[in-house]
Amino acid sequence: MSLLTVRDLNVEFRSGVRAVDGLDLDLDAGRVLGVVGESGSGKSVTSLAVLGLLRDARVSGEIRFAGRELTALDQRSLRRLRGDRIAMVFQDPLSCLNPYYSVAFQIAEAYRAHHRTGRRQAHRVAVHMLDRVGIPEPERRARCYPHEFSGGMRQRVMIAMALCLEPDLLIADEPTTALDVTVQAQILQLLRELRKESGTAIMLITHDMGVVAGLADHVVVMHQGRAVERGPVRDVFHRPQQPYTRGLLACVPRIDGPLPDRLPTLGATT
Amino acid sequence: MLLEARNLVKRFPVRHALTRRQAGHITAVDGVSLDVGPGETLGLVGESGCGKSTVAKLLTRLERPTSGSIHFAGRDLAGLDETALRPVRRDLQMVFQDPFSSLNPRHTVRQILAGPYRYQGLEPDQPAEELLARVGLRPEHADRHPHEFSGGQAQRIGIARALALNPKLVVCDEPVSALDVSVQAQILNLLRDLQEQYGLSYLFIAHDLGAVRHISTRIAVMYLGSIVETADRDALFAHPAHPYTRALLSAVPLPDPDLEASRERIVLHGDLPSPLDPPGGCRFRTRCPKPDELCAAERPRLRTIAPGRQVACHYPERTP
Repeated sequence: MSLLTVRDLNVEFRSGVRAVDGLDLDLDAGRVLGVVGESGSGKSVTSLAVLGLLRDARVSGEIRFAGRELTALDQRSLRRLRGDRIAMVFQDPLSCLNPYYSVAFQIAEAYRAHHRTGRRQAHRVAVHMLDRVGIPEPERRARCYPHEFSGGMRQRVMIAMALCLEPDLLIADEPTTALDVTVQAQILQLLRELRKESGTAIMLITHDMGVVAGLADHVVVMHQGRAVERGPVRDVFHRPQQPYTRGLLACVPRIDGPLPDRLPTLGATT
Repeated sequence: MLLEARNLVKRFPVRHALTRRQAGHITAVDGVSLDVGPGETLGLVGESGCGKSTVAKLLTRLERPTSGSIHFAGRDLAGLDETALRPVRRDLQMVFQDPFSSLNPRHTVRQILAGPYRYQGLEPDQPAEELLARVGLRPEHADRHPHEFSGGQAQRIGIARALALNPKLVVCDEPVSALDVSVQAQILNLLRDLQEQYGLSYLFIAHDLGAVRHISTRIAVMYLGSIVETADRDALFAHPAHPYTRALLSAVPLPDPDLEASRERIVLHGDLPSPLDPPGGCRFRTRCPKPDELCAAERPRLRTIAPGRQVACHYPERTP
């Protein structure tokens, strides 16, 4: 069943820059859609448009989520939806966490924004979520502040916060880009497990083809605001049809396979 | 060898936040030895905080080592002062990670490229246009300012500046990690071309194992201030001997869904320990899949286990 359907999405900023240009997306419940592209390809703007977070831009097109047209909703209804049904994890967890409050308080706050429960109950939910995302000693760690956590632990907190309301859709915008590779492996493993357990659909936005290959079912390759190629991951990775996709796959030096003397580059020089 | 560093140690004082009194020290680099031969590229990899950038600053003498020696072009750079270092810097240059913050925004490219000559008290023997041509930029770029360039172009300017004095060794500290993937490929190609043309040696520092594999002849892996493994490029990727190297390689996502689904993953638990309070014995033992009493009791030294391969582990993986 289609959970998210985007049709002919256009986003134009006041400066006249067209960040997204006639984009279609489809994401089924419980599946993972990878949205890949280089910086400026419009992948993050797309996610913000889905969440209704682009106030200064002209957004047109259809964004249908679980049968509802999001572009027709007012801010209040959108706010009810955000966090509860659609949650988001950003690249830099430190700038998303409030340094003045304990991590458990912030998870509980997100929970209480949508549930009429007492502080104690919400705190219990927060501790449970910290445990689920693999934070050791969750009872004790719950009282810690963001600065006491490492980058990987902070990203786990963000994921705990996003998943505490059991959303249908998790939008993860470069969730591992700021992390070291061994910590990235931990977070990707966590997302794989959570996805299996909770059945949450994930829209995974990244520039890293490897991250998409390890997590996504379908992939959309974006370039200059348009989808240049889409399909099941196996098809797109093994039989890319578009030269841009082929270039994107070939220009990244790999740790396995033959070593080319020169890396292919994508058209124009720098 | 062109460059021979032995037992480099760098300690930074750690001060109390309020009193500014010294509360201890942090050992960022703890006994690093490495060699770079003529025309060779030594890749230095490790995660953030492992001390790889501090090594770069020590070798280029932007920082003074606490102890150890750096033999380069027949001299020990470790104790030299700035005046004595000046002639050495003609042969030893650096390319930085962030191309914009390493270029003066008020200077034109021409002024930036004249900088190395000015520092040496020389007249520029290469006009800016010539240097720009070497890195694939156009002559008319010489009179523009850094903000008029893309990230990849700015990094080319940084490389042109490093080449101005015809150095023997260029230390590149994460030269492509701030760039988009397609631009990374262009800069990596450029670095290879320049190496061939001018017989340069590189110390290439990066956290991206793919980029390091592409450009290096030999590779050293750092963890928490020390080198844990060195090997020839192909040997390291085919048969990593140190458990950390193994975990690092297995953590890199492969752009192939079938390989990703079937590969064996070694997911390390926990985070990098704080270098303020490193674990005793082997520093990797807190995250190692197979530590025992010996690892807790005794810190493994870097020892040669095969020709061209050194490992600091009591129980290295067997290599053919």
